[in-house]
Amino acid sequence: MSNDSLLKVNQVSKRFPGVVALDKVSLTVLPGEVHALLGENGAGKSTLLKILSGAQYQDAGTIEFNGSALGQELPFERQRMGIVTVYQEFTLMPNLSVAENIFVGREPVKRKFISWPTMLREAKRFTDKLDLRVDPMTPVYALSVAEQQMVEIARALTMNAKLIILDEPTAALSDREVEKLHQIVHDLKAQGIGIIYVTHRLGEVKKICDRLTVLRDGKNAGEANVADTSIDQIVRMMVGRDVEYLPGENRPAGEVIARVEGITRLKRLPGSQAVPLRGMTLDIRKGEILGLAGLVGAGRTEVVRALFGADRFDRGKLYFEGREVTIPSPHEAIKLGMALVPEDRKQQGLFLTHSIRQNLTLPNLANLLVGRFFINGRAETSLIESFRKSLRIRMAHQEIVVGTLSGGNQQKVILARWMALKPKLLIVDEPTRGIDIGAKAEVHQLLRELARNGTAVVVVSSELPEVISLCDRIVTVKEGRITGEMMAREATEEKLMKLMVLAAGEHHAHVGVDVAAT
Amino acid sequence: MPTSVSTLRQPEPTILMAQTTAVPEKVAEPERKKSIEWVGFFQRFGVFIFLILLILFFTSQNARFLSVRNLFNILTDVSIYGIMAVGMTLVILTAGVDLSVGAILALCAMCGAAVVKGTGDSRSETPDPHAFGGFSWLVALLICIVLGTVVGFIQGKVSTKFRIPPFIVTLGGMTVWRGATLLIGAGSPISGFDPGYTWWGNGAVFGLPVPVLVFFVVAVTGYIALRYTPYGRHVYAVGGNPEAARLSGLRVDRILTSVYAITGLLAGVAGFIQSARLSSAEATGGLGFELTVIASVVIGGTSLSGGLGGIAGTVVGTILIGVLLNGLVIMNVNPYYQQIIIGVIIVLAVGFDTYAKSRRGRR
Repeated sequence: MSNDSLLKVNQVSKRFPGVVALDKVSLTVLPGEVHALLGENGAGKSTLLKILSGAQYQDAGTIEFNGSALGQELPFERQRMGIVTVYQEFTLMPNLSVAENIFVGREPVKRKFISWPTMLREAKRFTDKLDLRVDPMTPVYALSVAEQQMVEIARALTMNAKLIILDEPTAALSDREVEKLHQIVHDLKAQGIGIIYVTHRLGEVKKICDRLTVLRDGKNAGEANVADTSIDQIVRMMVGRDVEYLPGENRPAGEVIARVEGITRLKRLPGSQAVPLRGMTLDIRKGEILGLAGLVGAGRTEVVRALFGADRFDRGKLYFEGREVTIPSPHEAIKLGMALVPEDRKQQGLFLTHSIRQNLTLPNLANLLVGRFFINGRAETSLIESFRKSLRIRMAHQEIVVGTLSGGNQQKVILARWMALKPKLLIVDEPTRGIDIGAKAEVHQLLRELARNGTAVVVVSSELPEVISLCDRIVTVKEGRITGEMMAREATEEKLMKLMVLAAGEHHAHVGVDVAAT
Repeated sequence: MPTSVSTLRQPEPTILMAQTTAVPEKVAEPERKKSIEWVGFFQRFGVFIFLILLILFFTSQNARFLSVRNLFNILTDVSIYGIMAVGMTLVILTAGVDLSVGAILALCAMCGAAVVKGTGDSRSETPDPHAFGGFSWLVALLICIVLGTVVGFIQGKVSTKFRIPPFIVTLGGMTVWRGATLLIGAGSPISGFDPGYTWWGNGAVFGLPVPVLVFFVVAVTGYIALRYTPYGRHVYAVGGNPEAARLSGLRVDRILTSVYAITGLLAGVAGFIQSARLSSAEATGGLGFELTVIASVVIGGTSLSGGLGGIAGTVVGTILIGVLLNGLVIMNVNPYYQQIIIGVIIVLAVGFDTYAKSRRGRR
């Protein structure tokens, strides 16, 4: 088979400091095949894609493309060879026109000057092929997400791609647009182009893919013909790891402290990747760790940000301690007794160029005054020192620039920032993303401790073992809706994964099939 | 947190792992720290060292340079820039800029003078020491302070409310306030203030010129406010990472508006001092000052991208510009060359700032 394969990834490994991202991963793609690449967040898919596109190189293993071994080509060289990736986050230049984006770096020239007539004509030819009805002079920012994606694909086609990698192409598309994309994938396949199709929607795997490869924890977890595999089997391949977590504790949940009722926001927020919310309702209880499980882009982060006043929403109500409240900004949320540890530590949480001191006490300065105006330096120092001890933050002194700490210590600085305020409700978005196992256990311990002392804790996490072991109750979210709820002790990764990846309709249909089969 | 201490201290296998993984990190840390602190040291004291070298150089060229009288001259010359530079430091710390300070200076001085002396035909050339019961200076000062604050507040509000970059708002403000000044003064200066007024520009307390004292008081207040109050921390936070500041519950728009209001206030004070010094308020007063003021803040190590820097550097930067101007004059350098030299030094200072930041921002 290796003779006629288009791409042959053989035993490829990739290590990052402290993590093995890929461990002897293999993948074979045939010409004219749509090959699904599946796996949970963090399974190693992104790393593999980066290695294929030339953004990174493997530490070990070989990659053969079109019969010859790949070396350390730069991304543009790989593109010339015919490997083109369409990323999840588009790489278009919004202020340039469709034609300029399609031909960027490869503009047709006539005596050293760009030949606009040729460029426009060619752009039109390729957009027509994709049934994209826009003027090639339109600036890309004026296009819908689906149209922008078509521009990306058109760009890939103009490069004479032999292998197109689609990284979650349907994540941001409506049903109709998905339909169109599937049609295009079908056409590309007919032209003999190989396609690696990364997705979390198992329904579409069944529909358009020929074969699939599953990655789990950086290793191959299975390869199969789609036709011979049930969704159940795929889910099992995706999550079926050894259970490596402590069982949840049985804490009695207290009364409801906060309620989110029918939060809806259908419009996109300007300048943000936030996904729509379609009527989310949640009760958050004292002394309980509530987990929000869902894939990236499901709306987990969006709902907690709406509750915290970080993003506005169109419809819905918020209640805190029994009263209906309006929370126009985080300032008011914090006054009520909420705290949010954001998803992106570096962009949204930390002041990277500032000291630990400046970072840790920022929202708490009003409680650290001497007289009316001045910060009580001594009280501040001892507060930081007490958190250094209790959270075991490894730092030489308090004036160290936060950006130089390890991820785990950075996360502890943010946790300390909020714990110092003694919040009634602590929301932690991805509590352990990018931190090592030891620090992870410490963070979990800390959150349990807070819940035991009566704090309501909400955890948003992409890691199912974390959600199951840390939380008391789990709510699953998909496409801006809540798709299920269960107690953590009844939850398994498979049960959760199904609720996270199957749309309501798919789920029922699938259950029907199951029943019929048994 | 005593309870969490006890639970976390339990020797768990995972925590042992954390300790082992921490070992290489500890080895790596000193190296990294060293280079960062070295750069930090230069970022903090580099300009200061440069200033001392400059003073030594000018003294070697002309011994008169180091005379007490000349040093007071330098300080008096820069105090008007310096007062505004304190406000500008706040603005630049939030990653903003205020191009309108020169125009606000002129507007405030003109309005104060117009009230004290009257406008148009009623204007008298000879000062009347009994006007406003001898407190004409207080009237003018209050007008300058209030007007400057209001003007700055408006600019800050417009910028935050309508999301217009402060560069644009204050660029517009620069011409708007200048035009308003010309209107009020009908194109001509208002001159001749009573001794109580001009004392603020030419008087001295224990031999120290009053403008220098005012600069000193403003700078010390600014230094303390930035370093030792929550407000100061908030200014740094907003400049360092506005989104993190918002999620930490800071009211970012208010803080941004306030720094423009404070800068307006200080431009008003500078306008008052300048009119007292010249015994005249002119429509062209403070023309081009904004660039000198921004230069002294940036030379002082405050980062144009916000969040890093402070008043101490600004004071040094301000004096450095004064020393340069004065020293080059004393050395009889062709004034055209003076401009070239100052320009080169500004670019060098900002180049260093960028370099130091790129070293810090790694990881």
